[in-house]
Amino acid sequence: MATTNRSFAQALWDFFCSLKLTISLLISLALTSIIGTILPQGKLPPEYVASISPVKLQIYSKLGFFDMYHSWWFILLLYVFSVNLICCSIKRLPHVFKFISEPNLVLGESQRNGFSLKQDLKITASLDKGREALAEFLGKEFGAPVVTEQDGEYHLFAQKNAWCRLGVYVVHLSILVIFVGAILGSLFGYKGFAAIVEGTGISSIQANSGAEIPLGFEVRCEKFNVTFYDSGAPKEFKSILTVLENGQPVKGLTNVRVVVNEPLSYKGFTFYQSSYGQATESSDHSFSVQARAGGFSDHLTLRDGQATVLKDGTTFKLLETTPDIRQFMPNFSGPAARIEVTQKGGVPQTYIVFKDFPDANAQRGDALQVVYEGSNAKMYTGLQVAKDPGVWVVWLGCTLMVCGLFIAFFMSHKRVWIVVSKGYARMYGNASKNQAAFQMQFEELSDKFKNLKI
Amino acid sequence: MTSSLLFNVTTLAYMASMVVFFAFLASKNKAIGLTGSLLAYAGFAVQTLAIALRWKESYDMGYGHAPLSNLYESVVFFSWTIILIYMFIELKYKYRIVGAFVVPFALLGMAWAQLGMHSGIEPLVPALQSNWLLYHVVTCFLGYAAFAVACGISIMYLVKAKSEESGGGAAGGLMGMFPPIRVLDDLNYRAIMIGFPLLTLGIITGAAWANYAWGTYWSWDPKETWSLIVWFVYAAFLHARFTRGWVGKRAAWLSIIGFAATIFCYLGVNLFLSGLHSYGSSKM
Ligand code: HEM
Repeated sequence: MATTNRSFAQALWDFFCSLKLTISLLISLALTSIIGTILPQGKLPPEYVASISPVKLQIYSKLGFFDMYHSWWFILLLYVFSVNLICCSIKRLPHVFKFISEPNLVLGESQRNGFSLKQDLKITASLDKGREALAEFLGKEFGAPVVTEQDGEYHLFAQKNAWCRLGVYVVHLSILVIFVGAILGSLFGYKGFAAIVEGTGISSIQANSGAEIPLGFEVRCEKFNVTFYDSGAPKEFKSILTVLENGQPVKGLTNVRVVVNEPLSYKGFTFYQSSYGQATESSDHSFSVQARAGGFSDHLTLRDGQATVLKDGTTFKLLETTPDIRQFMPNFSGPAARIEVTQKGGVPQTYIVFKDFPDANAQRGDALQVVYEGSNAKMYTGLQVAKDPGVWVVWLGCTLMVCGLFIAFFMSHKRVWIVVSKGYARMYGNASKNQAAFQMQFEELSDKFKNLKI
Repeated sequence: MTSSLLFNVTTLAYMASMVVFFAFLASKNKAIGLTGSLLAYAGFAVQTLAIALRWKESYDMGYGHAPLSNLYESVVFFSWTIILIYMFIELKYKYRIVGAFVVPFALLGMAWAQLGMHSGIEPLVPALQSNWLLYHVVTCFLGYAAFAVACGISIMYLVKAKSEESGGGAAGGLMGMFPPIRVLDDLNYRAIMIGFPLLTLGIITGAAWANYAWGTYWSWDPKETWSLIVWFVYAAFLHARFTRGWVGKRAAWLSIIGFAATIFCYLGVNLFLSGLHSYGSSKM
């Protein structure tokens, strides 16, 4: 019984130390991740629900396909992945440390045959003289050697960058660090949303989970503004925000410009420009009206659907307005109004007047020239709000990963041995990575070595 | 002189280079091989100039942004990085023949961009107005380009391995021109050693940007997820060489699958899936 337990534990350990498992896991993660890029995730759009058979819908939801990156089996894969990583490291790290701290100082006969890089030298001086001269040579040209005597021979050993064998483990550790950061963020962080009407403030946000999160301070939106390129494409979405503590504006955080890619941070919460809209439906719209022939001008204030009679007897009716005409008329942008003008005794005429395109208004050839001056409707700014105390751990992990990859791929552990015997010496070398580059270095060293006169 | 004229010259140079490389494959004449390389280098020089000029033109138009803002510009840049990585590998490892399998990728990109795409310089939508765009796109595309080179090398590997298996062309013939499969395997690995850290940096700069702009460094958006899938495939490749049964052909296939996933991540996601990354969408 004891032996089966023992062998079961051993088998389990071997399973988790296996690199075949690593490859299978990496490929499984790659393949399963595809599901979530094809099926919609999170809240399903009604069109999608309508387009798929109920049986399929049920199977997919049971399998967690609609929130697959948080499904039990995907998380399980990540756990197995982490355990694989940890076990592999526990198994190998001690060997690597030993390899670094107790290098192979002496080359046995059989080991010497395994080197492709080697160079001979004839020595006429005594063994001790030869050892001294070669130790000095190696110290000067490559690195200070450790000298060991064995079986009447001296073994000189020098190495460079032994520690870079740890690069791979730095990469592996970094993955676990990133996981820790992500877990911290999901336990102690929030993601939420806040809509703030111009001129008002908020002191709590709506978390994505639905909970109301108090901020502990107030954020006020002073103004929101959109600008467009001539082509009609949006150029900038801009909120002017002020942070208040106990009703008092915080120094340095008053009238801060917040645009996409330039968020505002305060006390761990960060506010990102994300959407906008019109806050109030019914509001007053102003127009200026001027008789083209001269004579009279007027200034009107109306609500949607309201009509008024001008001094010259013309009836002026406001049909509808929009804060941005672009969706209806791609060549124009900004606020616009559709109006109906009925001259005394004439037929009603409707047309569209713009706020930002006075020329288009002027070109119209009727008796009245009308300019829409905009409304006093308030905009609201939509802000994504996030607090993530784990994010620094994630960046630390990323930094470790990049450094680790650099060490693992572009640095190499270089070793040189010189075995000094009576009458001759032989130099050997190898490198853990990029053998070709090391070969050139070794050949340079060999040229100097073989011309030594000892 | 305008950048678009220079881009046409670039396309022609790559086309000529590819034809000459094929002639090199057939003739095994060293001088022809050198001509192929020189044509690719000349195309690269012209393309560099053209990209710089386009950058300047965007300033002249009052938009002022790096030429990396839409599909056209990214495809042009991609083909530039492919040649850059190819030049690096050729100069460092001295295998000219690799060009025959790599230059076609760059040519394909340029031809598609010049013939099939709208090339106007457009202003940047708010979402892209950030220096992170530059860091993110440059690192990603350098990584992709290294994978393109690795894919070309892997195809050579499989072709050569197949011909060796069937016993043909042990020394002579077309296959004699190819580096030995051991060398191809090594070159493949080296190209991925360049690409993998760059892709990693690309993913990290993307996450940093997303965190800076939206407050979430990772949201499992399809583009992000596909970049991770690509990363998993190449991580599997890196571990394959430590595992018996996975070296050689399987590793070459992993490299080819990795590049297919890369291309899907770059183009397929925008064409077939929806998400935050569609270039030029008006989403903030
Ligand atoms: C379950 C997860 C993993 C395990 C168990 C694992 C294990 C290993 C082992 C045993 C080695 C060989 C080390 C040596 O003897 O030189 C290795 C190499 C390496 N691993 Fe991992 N690994 C895992 C995941 C990853 C991931 C996700 C990455 C992504 C960055 C990665 C990056 C590397 C790199 C860059 C090397 C060096 C490859 C080379 O030098 O060619 N590993 N890994």
